[in-house]
Amino acid sequence: MNIAIHADHLTIRFGTFTAVNDVSFSVEQGEIFGFLGPNGSGKTTIIKALCGLLQPTSGGGSILGMDIRKDAAEIKRNVGYMSQKFGLYEDLTVAENIDFYSSIYGLEGQRAATRKEEVIELTGIEPYLNRRAGQLSGGWKQRLALACSIIHSPQVVFLDEPTAGIDPVARRALWDLLFRLSGQGVTFFVTTHYMDEAERCGRVGYIYLSHLVAIGTVAELQKLPEANPPGTARIAIETEQTSALLESVRAIPYVHEATIFGRSIHALIAKGRLDDLRARLPQATIERIEPSLEDIFVTLTYRIMQEQS
Amino acid sequence: MKHLFYGLVPICRKETIHILRDRGTLVFSLLLPMLQLFLFGFAIDTNIRQIPTAVFDESRTQASRDLLQRFAASDVFALRDTVRSNDALYEAIRSGNARVGIHIPPDYARHLLDGTTASVLVLVDGSDSTIASQAINTSSGVALRQSLARVVPYGNLPIDVRPSVLYNPATRSANFFVPGLIGILLQVMVILLIALSLVRERERGTLEQLTMTPVAPLGLMVGKMIPYGVLAFMELCAILFVMRVIFLVPIHGNVLVLLVLSLPFLLTVLGLGLLISTKARTQSEAFQLAMGTVLPSVFLSGYIFLIHNMPIVFQLISRIIPATYYIRILRGIILRGAGLKELWLDALILTLMGCLAIAAAAWQFVRQRSV
Repeated sequence: MNIAIHADHLTIRFGTFTAVNDVSFSVEQGEIFGFLGPNGSGKTTIIKALCGLLQPTSGGGSILGMDIRKDAAEIKRNVGYMSQKFGLYEDLTVAENIDFYSSIYGLEGQRAATRKEEVIELTGIEPYLNRRAGQLSGGWKQRLALACSIIHSPQVVFLDEPTAGIDPVARRALWDLLFRLSGQGVTFFVTTHYMDEAERCGRVGYIYLSHLVAIGTVAELQKLPEANPPGTARIAIETEQTSALLESVRAIPYVHEATIFGRSIHALIAKGRLDDLRARLPQATIERIEPSLEDIFVTLTYRIMQEQS
Repeated sequence: MKHLFYGLVPICRKETIHILRDRGTLVFSLLLPMLQLFLFGFAIDTNIRQIPTAVFDESRTQASRDLLQRFAASDVFALRDTVRSNDALYEAIRSGNARVGIHIPPDYARHLLDGTTASVLVLVDGSDSTIASQAINTSSGVALRQSLARVVPYGNLPIDVRPSVLYNPATRSANFFVPGLIGILLQVMVILLIALSLVRERERGTLEQLTMTPVAPLGLMVGKMIPYGVLAFMELCAILFVMRVIFLVPIHGNVLVLLVLSLPFLLTVLGLGLLISTKARTQSEAFQLAMGTVLPSVFLSGYIFLIHNMPIVFQLISRIIPATYYIRILRGIILRGAGLKELWLDALILTLMGCLAIAAAAWQFVRQRSV
């Protein structure tokens, strides 16, 4: 497979602040790569560097074989970008927005007309073509933004928190679109806060405090030794009163972490204490589980915080 | 060259749609300068006439009445109050009812007959320096003329100064102030419109989107400047029309030259607006910065006060204010019939300033987009 996105020991400093610290990864063509991390952890900075908007302090990278240090202009013509703000002109109609981005990317004549038809067909935005973008619902704005960001048939598309503030139905619709496009060989780099979204991605990277802490498929991450510290077991405690029970579970000395997931409490406990716990909580059902992505990232984050303090 | 201005045409087209679609802003930005032209054009009159004057005439003779008649005839003084005491005269000035007080002593007529010096007291309220100096000059003039008439009753005066006012023979204030006002009004309109347009894009996130496209910084900036420049140019034509037809200010020079020499100024203020927009994070910040350019342009550009009367520091500051040069161009062409031969340097300086501002804005833009 071809490498579409490559970061090689990428480091970016603003003065004394290190926004991105020695980050390396590769994304294959046609892959949907999920990028997770809290706000301010360096996600957007990495996107900007990969698009050639800012020069790395050290290290480098490439998009479709183009050097991010030297070929910024060339990269911009072959990359699509959609941010959570969508970048739409609200007083322009849907068609005018598409036409504007089409002309900005230098599309002309027959090709412009063909591409316009294609993105309209793909996003199904036909009925709203003459409506002002500002009058669209959040979900349709998002589809229009996607249409605009792929008008020039980019091979790589960066989506910076594309589903923030969008209802679940629209989110699912967007993901269906992404899968369709990735089937055609388009590579997606998606940052998100939502764990369920991250789990849809082929591979996931987790960035925390400017460091890329973990990277891999969900199954790979679940087997990470850091996510399953030796001598511990991950369990789910199913009970009627999760919130009432949480504090008492946390107070048990061999419970390392405990947090509520819907109608159960996920906890990391010392190995061999399962029977003891069952005896303490007779009314609850307790089972061993695989860590969820959130479990993994929370455990990794705690580890880093402990190492630093 | 094509790469340097990449994206210019699409940006230009899009910006035109913004302008035409936002009717409120369009009407407001075209009408407001016109409205201000009417307000200030009629309000500002520096010619001083009919200063309210109180009179305390203790002489009450033909000679004293004759002198007062001369004061009234000057049109500068309006002899409104007649008071009966010295205290009342002072009180009239203190209360603001009169700006000038004339006191003719009881022995005025006797001194004239004796051929000794007769004195007349003229009290002047100095709180408004323009009125005060006008009152002092005119009263000295009246006294001097009266004295000469007595010394040389029938013969010719040895020297006769005949001032001949060129270009604005009636010394109408409107002729002087309206051309300058055009510069100020255009500047406010242009800076505000273009600065707000770019900051709006920053606020809405479309600017971030544009930086991810192949649009070149200069393509974006110049693409925005063209539609707003055209709008400002149309406004300029309308204002000139109103000035000529309603304020009856004659244009002595070539209107075409005036329009052409207005382009460098538009370039400069457009560039200034862009520069402001790179510094402002929000629309209200941009508004405040734009308004901050108004007062220096009004007070230090020669629009109201003469530049060569200012302290040297302010004279230097006036040289970096674009309005200084444009007001010189406006007054030169409209009032004195000057042309390219006299004004090319001002136009050149404005052009350079404009290019500098645009380059600085583009540079700022490139620097900021990476953060």
